[in-house]
Amino acid sequence: MSAAAVIARAEHAIKGPVWGCQMCGQCVLHSTGLTCPMNCPKTLRNGPCGGVRADGHCEVKPEMRCVWLKAYERSERLPVWRGHIDDLRPPVDNSLKGTSAWLNLFTGRDRRPPAGWPAARRPPAGWAVGADVEP
Amino acid sequence: MSNLERKLAAREFVVTAELPVIDGGGHAEIARQLAPMEAFVDAFNATDNPSAHAHCSPLAVAIGLIQAGVEPVMQLACRDRNRLALEADLMGAAMHGVENICCLTGDDVIAGDEPETRRVFDVDGPQLIALARSLENGHYLSGRPITTSPHFLLGAVENPGAPPYEFRARRAAMKALAGARFLQLQICYRPKLLERFMRAAADIGLSERLAFIPSICILRSVGGMRFVATRVPGIDVPAETVARVENADDAESECFEIAYELASHALAQPGVAGLHFISFRKDAGIAKLCTRLGIPPRVERETNGYSASVAV
Repeated sequence: MSAAAVIARAEHAIKGPVWGCQMCGQCVLHSTGLTCPMNCPKTLRNGPCGGVRADGHCEVKPEMRCVWLKAYERSERLPVWRGHIDDLRPPVDNSLKGTSAWLNLFTGRDRRPPAGWPAARRPPAGWAVGADVEP
Repeated sequence: MSNLERKLAAREFVVTAELPVIDGGGHAEIARQLAPMEAFVDAFNATDNPSAHAHCSPLAVAIGLIQAGVEPVMQLACRDRNRLALEADLMGAAMHGVENICCLTGDDVIAGDEPETRRVFDVDGPQLIALARSLENGHYLSGRPITTSPHFLLGAVENPGAPPYEFRARRAAMKALAGARFLQLQICYRPKLLERFMRAAADIGLSERLAFIPSICILRSVGGMRFVATRVPGIDVPAETVARVENADDAESECFEIAYELASHALAQPGVAGLHFISFRKDAGIAKLCTRLGIPPRVERETNGYSASVAV
């Protein structure tokens, strides 16, 4: 087994039980209130869909609380990374599935959106939610 | 530039409506569906497998609408297509002059009649808007250049009536950040939630950047009301509203009254740029409701001008 695979296994051994990690290889837990968005049945990376039930449960799995509802509530309680939940996160790089997000963070591989992805980042200060609007 | 884009830029009141799903019948069927409401509507939404039920594709219907002489808003959902297919449909739309695009995440496959389908969601709603922006910027998502870049009026949807209520305006901000310029809001049977959403949007200065278009649904039966209340994801109907229709002597006119009340309320909200109508009636429900609301037909609005805040 390669060193990278060993690290990936170790990562999953920790993040699996704690956050239900799906090993997408590009962890965004810090910006989602430490709630893994890959547990959303639609694997949404940018907030709750419009199907959230009135009781806060998931459209797809009625027995489960909406992942993004939890993400929002927890992000409000986190002392750090405030406002990061408002970031526009790029599409998942499916070629990273199963690889170690720790290694990808170290190499910067997890922050390489598609070349044509508009470079919009965080809402401008005037929006009160979070600087650059124009891609 | 589409007529819808020109009107929104000039801050003119707009009326959009959902074209009922097309299941065959060709251009004659589109003409038949348009006839009762055409006079009042600026642009018609061509839906993308609504409630995860298969129908004629939004691109085909949008082209059909142009051929019928009206303006389409092509809805695109993330449920059934990966990013390659979405880019292809957007470029195809541009080729045919379809400029108004409404980007949705989409109901899940379990809402439909083929729940065993593989759900895609390769990108999500906000990412789809940004993807369309990248085409406008002259390249595919990969960075590969496009010879003549398309022009779109990009929009999206948001649901003021689904939790987390206090986060919905921030999600709308995220869509504006991605490039959306209008938002068609999900049908909302709880006026207080629409008020709360519109106030939050105004507080973060969003009304300056986004045209908000609440949706009004015109139902016609107890069964229809129960279906919306129990089967449509993300729409929460108060029990008393359902009871109103159940106990009415004339369910159809009660449904119309409810639609009228919700539309009047929506029109009174600051930041509302227009209304989006969805009708399940067989007659001219949309025309009738516009008339009752004092919204003149399109040509009259274009000739004489119209401002909802004055009329209501």
